[in-house]
Formats: sequence, structure tokens, C-alpha cells
Amino acid sequence: MTMPRRTRRRRRERGLAVAKPALILETTDVVKRFGGLTAVNKMSFSMEAGRIYSIIGPNGAGKTTFFNALSGLNKPEEGSISFEGRRIDGMVPEKITLLHMARTFQNIRLFGGMTVVENIMVGAYTRLHQNAVQTVLRTAAFKAEEARAEHRAEELMEYVGLKGVGNELAGSLPYGAQRRVEIARAMASEPRLLLLDEPTAGMNPAETEDATALFRRLRDELGITILLIEHDMRVVMNISERISVMDYGEKIAEGEPREIAANPKVIEAYLGRGAAGGGAAAIAAGSSGAGATT
Amino acid sequence: MKAKNPATRKNTVSAALRSFGAFLNRGATPYILSGVLLVLGTVLVYLSPRSIPAFLLFAVASSLAYFLDMKKPVKLGLAVLIAVIIVPILGARNIFYLEVIFQIAVFSALALGLNIVVGFSGLLNFGYMAFYAVGAYLWGFFGSQQPYLLHEIPGTAPMGTPFFLAPDWFYLFIFLGVIAAAIVGLILGLPVLRVRGDYLAVITLGFGEIIRQLANNLDKPLNLTNGPQGITPIQRPTLPKELLAFFNRLFQPLVGHEVTVNQFYNIMFYLIAVVVVVLVIIVTTRFEDSKIGRAWAAIREDELAATAMGIPANKLKLGAFAVGASFAGAMGVLMAASRTFVSPDSFSFLQSVSILTMVILGGIGSIPGVIIGAAVVIILNLQVLQNFSLFLAQLRQSEAVIPLINFHWKDLSNQLDPSKYQRLVFGIILILMMIYRPAGILPAARRKRELKAAGDDDDAAPDSTPKKGKGAGRG
Repeated sequence: MTMPRRTRRRRRERGLAVAKPALILETTDVVKRFGGLTAVNKMSFSMEAGRIYSIIGPNGAGKTTFFNALSGLNKPEEGSISFEGRRIDGMVPEKITLLHMARTFQNIRLFGGMTVVENIMVGAYTRLHQNAVQTVLRTAAFKAEEARAEHRAEELMEYVGLKGVGNELAGSLPYGAQRRVEIARAMASEPRLLLLDEPTAGMNPAETEDATALFRRLRDELGITILLIEHDMRVVMNISERISVMDYGEKIAEGEPREIAANPKVIEAYLGRGAAGGGAAAIAAGSSGAGATT
Repeated sequence: MKAKNPATRKNTVSAALRSFGAFLNRGATPYILSGVLLVLGTVLVYLSPRSIPAFLLFAVASSLAYFLDMKKPVKLGLAVLIAVIIVPILGARNIFYLEVIFQIAVFSALALGLNIVVGFSGLLNFGYMAFYAVGAYLWGFFGSQQPYLLHEIPGTAPMGTPFFLAPDWFYLFIFLGVIAAAIVGLILGLPVLRVRGDYLAVITLGFGEIIRQLANNLDKPLNLTNGPQGITPIQRPTLPKELLAFFNRLFQPLVGHEVTVNQFYNIMFYLIAVVVVVLVIIVTTRFEDSKIGRAWAAIREDELAATAMGIPANKLKLGAFAVGASFAGAMGVLMAASRTFVSPDSFSFLQSVSILTMVILGGIGSIPGVIIGAAVVIILNLQVLQNFSLFLAQLRQSEAVIPLINFHWKDLSNQLDPSKYQRLVFGIILILMMIYRPAGILPAARRKRELKAAGDDDDAAPDSTPKKGKGAGRG
């Protein structure tokens, strides 16, 4: 697994090690059970910094549960999760966010009653250092930090392609814009790894294309590593450099998009035994579109 | 189509209101309007201290000073003029008004504290009065002879027992009340870490009751609270004689009679309450518009998402409980001193509910709304309903008859006395509010920031999906 040339060059420019590709995320044998149900079973997964990977799988395969384990929302029963070489399994989300990991949700979970700017500023919670005393006294440091946070939120809005909606209530925005706000909110916590849970679900083709372009920009311009859960095969095949497939809580396949599209196990998981022939065609159709762009 | 009708009607109503507001706020209109109304209200109250309409006019004129679009120094000046000069003078003429306004101030602070917990952070709390009780009993205990009566049976205080502390410790105890209530708030907050929503409401309800029962029963083995009888007398801070003399010299011609020590105490407590409320308002607004306030709102909106954003939800919820409780603690100390008496009866479940009523009625999460809510409930309670019962009582004593149905007023049942069905009136008001204006009298609005990009919609998001009407959030 070599880094894309572009990434290598940028890393060199930033004075980061390029000699051996650093693993930003590594999980070994992660198990998460809910009562009798094993939602994630012996999930081992690793990812290099500066890449875009995807996890796919049928509904109920345990993808979101795996994300929840990564971001600290639930604790895995077994296994270990390392983020940038540090064990994070069992850490609270606050700590994990502080270590520069952020996420979005499958069903958009914005703070609907707050304005867009406030939503993004909430994302910056762990990066703001004001305390209660400074807040009550409105010290100069407090004011400066608030102004900075607001300015940064505006920049992020602009970056994800939102303009002039900063004072709108987040819940009143159209769907595609809400997705963008969610990404901006995650970005406000200054992540180096961004977990996106079905970020294009419910988008129309044009919106999906814009979103995909945005993910690329996040990686190419800001160097953020991106891990996606995605159902839209066009997006997956188009953007991911590597795909892991989950079914019944286990990783059943991993590889480059082309390999995955041709993997009979994957097709079986998606379409059931016997439908393998037609399924291969369906997934390949997605990957051929991807082939043109990558 | 059918569903659209009420919405459009609401829009026309709000549009009409807005244009009326714009009309009121043009040029010098707001200054003239509030000036004239204020003078009129003041003069009317001054001339007929017992008239309710006059008082209501005065109340409206005072609140208009807040709502009209005037320069900030003018508003502040008006507020100070009303709070520090006009109200004490009018209050000295009719001490009852002072009591009403004092209670509005006290309950505003309580409602603002509860608003932090319920409105900002979305944690239902039915036991808020417990914190008020903590403050009240704190000064009730240390500000009375109680520490010397630990081994006495309630009601058998030996003659000549000295007071435990000098009266002026009161001022320090306002701060100690803040701290004590905050600590108790943290303790009550602990269950928050485990339960949510309805369950939390039930737990807080239980907690409120526990505190009341403690107050009721902690007369044995050590007589800490003097049991159901309550503690009395509780000291008031000393009142400088010169100050009273000064006030009388200055305002006696206006007030019309010499202000007695007791009346002046009322004025003093009113002024202390105003200072506390102003501090509470400042603290609340500053918290609301900060990282902490945003985190509270985020927890209220979606706790899981807030947690995922790195917000330590438990810590912030405990903080909300502590801050909310601290306001009640300060007011508890103040109330104990002003009444010179505390008893468990003042901290019933119904009191907690009525503070919740103020918050919901005024506008949950909205600072001006909550204050208005407190004012409306208190005025309704102390003035409108009481006067209505008085009016009915007078009718009952008279020989008046309703002509057509030949109903003699003196046959009117005692059960129809409005003070008997106050709660019913509140219930009805609440139901109507929930149906027609669920966000309260003055709904909470998120602060609009001055953003550089705000307003120019031309080259908006590349997805260029049409935005919903800009006014959608402002409604």
C-alpha cells in the first residue's frame, strides 16, 4: 500500500515522515455485543494517514456500531483500537475528539434549534479554552476566543460551500445543506481522521457529486484522512482507495474497488446466493464509472 | 391546502404586529411613547395607589422601555430611574406594590435559575424549590437563635437567647447561600448521570420532597430546623438610621407621609433583590452566549450528537444544576431575611410547579420571556385574582341582583372565590398557551450574529438548493 504521490509530496512539504506510511487507525479483533447479538465480530482494520477508505455492507452489518466504537460512543467488549499509535478503546468521546478524530451521523444529527454558526461552534467545543469564570467576567481573552471561533466557523461554512445561512436555524436548511453543516461541524474540531457515516444518503445525483468533490478536497487540500460508510456504490467505487466489506459484524472482504466489485463473497452478501451473476454486473457498473475518474 | 390556512393567518398576524412594531419604532416615537406612558402610569399609580388598571399601565410602560427600539444608554437610564427612584417612591405610598414588585424580582431570579436547567439544558426539574429552601434555611439557621436551641424542643426557646451571628453577616450569607445551593445542586445533579427525561423529572420531584421533609423533621435528634413551626425570628441586616432619615428628607413630600423603619426595610430588600436579579441576568446572558451555553443547548437538542462532538455531557449537566441552584440559594437567603421567618410550607411541590409555570408561560429558554412569565404569574396571583375575590366579596355583601335571572349576589357560593381556584385559572392559561403559543409569551430566539457573508445569497452553496424562506427561523 503506497501513498498516492500527491499525498506523499504534501506530507514531505509539511515536514512529515514519508518513509513508512503511518497507520492512523488500527483495530484488532474488535468485538461489540448487544445482549445476545454480536454486532461487530473480530473486526480488524487498519488505515494509513491521508487516505480515503470505505466500509460497505448490507443493512445491519455492524458498520455504524463499528464507527460508534471508534468514536467512543460505545465501548467494545474485546479487541483494541489505536489511533495514531495510541490506544483509544474505552476512552470517552471527549478525549477522542481532543486527539483529532471527528464524525458525522447517518441520519443527520444537527442541533436543529441552533443557528448554523452555533452548530459549527459547538463542533469546536474541545478546541476552546474559556472557563466559567472568564465567561461570567467576559474577559478580553474570552471575547477574542469567541471572535476567533465565530470567524473560523464562517471560514468552514464557506469551505463546505455554505454562504449566507450562518444565522439560519440548522433545522430549517434543505437536506443537502444540512449534510454540509454536519461536515463543517465535525471539521471545527480540527480532525485528522474524519468518519463519515453515509454522508450522501438521501442526496440527489448532483448533490452527491458535490459532496464527493468536497470529500476529495478535504483530503487533498487539508490532508484529512477519511473513512466512509456508504451505500451508494457510485460514490464508494469513485472515491475510495480501499474498501472493506462487512456482513453480520465481520469483515468478509477487503481490497481495492476493482477487486471488491468482482468478489463473489461480496456479491453474495449484498444480493444473496444465486443472484451473484446479476450482482456482479451491478457493482461493476459502479466501478466502471469510478475507473474513469481515478 | 387546508393545513396551510392557519399558518398564513399566523403570518398575517405576525406581519401586522411587525409593521405595528415598525410604526412604534420610527424616529422619536419610542422615546415619546415610553416617556408619556411612564409619566402617565406613574402619575396614575401615585394618585390612586389602589387602582389595578393604573398599576398595570405602569407595568406595561416599564416593560415597554425594554421592548421599544431606543438607544442603549436611554434604556439603561430609564431602567435605573424606574427601579431606583420611581418604584421605591410609589412603593412607599402603597407598600403592597412594593411587595408585588419584590416578589416579581425574587421569582424572576428563581425562574431564571430554573430556566438554565429546564430551558437551556432541557433537563426537567420538579424539585427546584429545594435549592431555595437550602438558601432560606442556611440564613434561617445561622441568622437566628437556632444554633443555641439545638437541644430544645421546638417552641420552647428560653427567653433572652442571643442571636448567633451579627445581623450584617446577612450580606456574606447571600454568597454562602449561592455556594451551599450550588453544592446541593451538584448532589441532586448526580442522578442526572444515570437517568434521562421523565425519570429525571420524577427523581427531582422526589428530591424536592425530601428536602421539604428534612426541614419538617430535623427538629430531632438535633433541633436544626425547628420542625413544622419553622424558624423565627430571623435577623435582617441593620438599617442605617441616617439612610432612612435621608430618604425621608428627600422624598417625604412626594410620598406624603413619613416612611417607617419597617416600610424602609421593604424598600431595602426590594433594592437588594433588584441587584441580585441584575447580577443573575448578567450571569445568565453571559453563560448563554458562550461555549458552555452552546454546549447546554447542544445537549438539549441532541445529547448523543453533542457527546460525539466531544462535549462532556455529564459535567455540563451537573454544571447547569449547580448554576441554576445557586440563584435560588441567594434568593432563599434574601427571602428568609425579608420575611424573618422560614417554614417548610414555603417550599412545597406546588411552588416548584409555579416556577416551572413562569418559565413555560414566559418562554422556555428565553431570558426576557422568563422574567415576563414571573411578572405575569405574580401579578395575576397577587393582584388580579385577589382583587377579583375582593370584588366578589363586596358584591356578596351588597344587595345587588343580576336582573334577568334574578340572582342575588349574596347567594354566591364561597366556593366560587377566585383565590380558591387560582390553580384552575393557571391550568387553563397554561393549556391555552400550550395550544396557541407553545413557545411562550416571548419565545427564545437564537442570537443573530453579524456575519460577513450573511445576507448575500447570490453565490450561495453550490448545491444551490432553494433555501426555505429566510424568515422561517424568526417566525
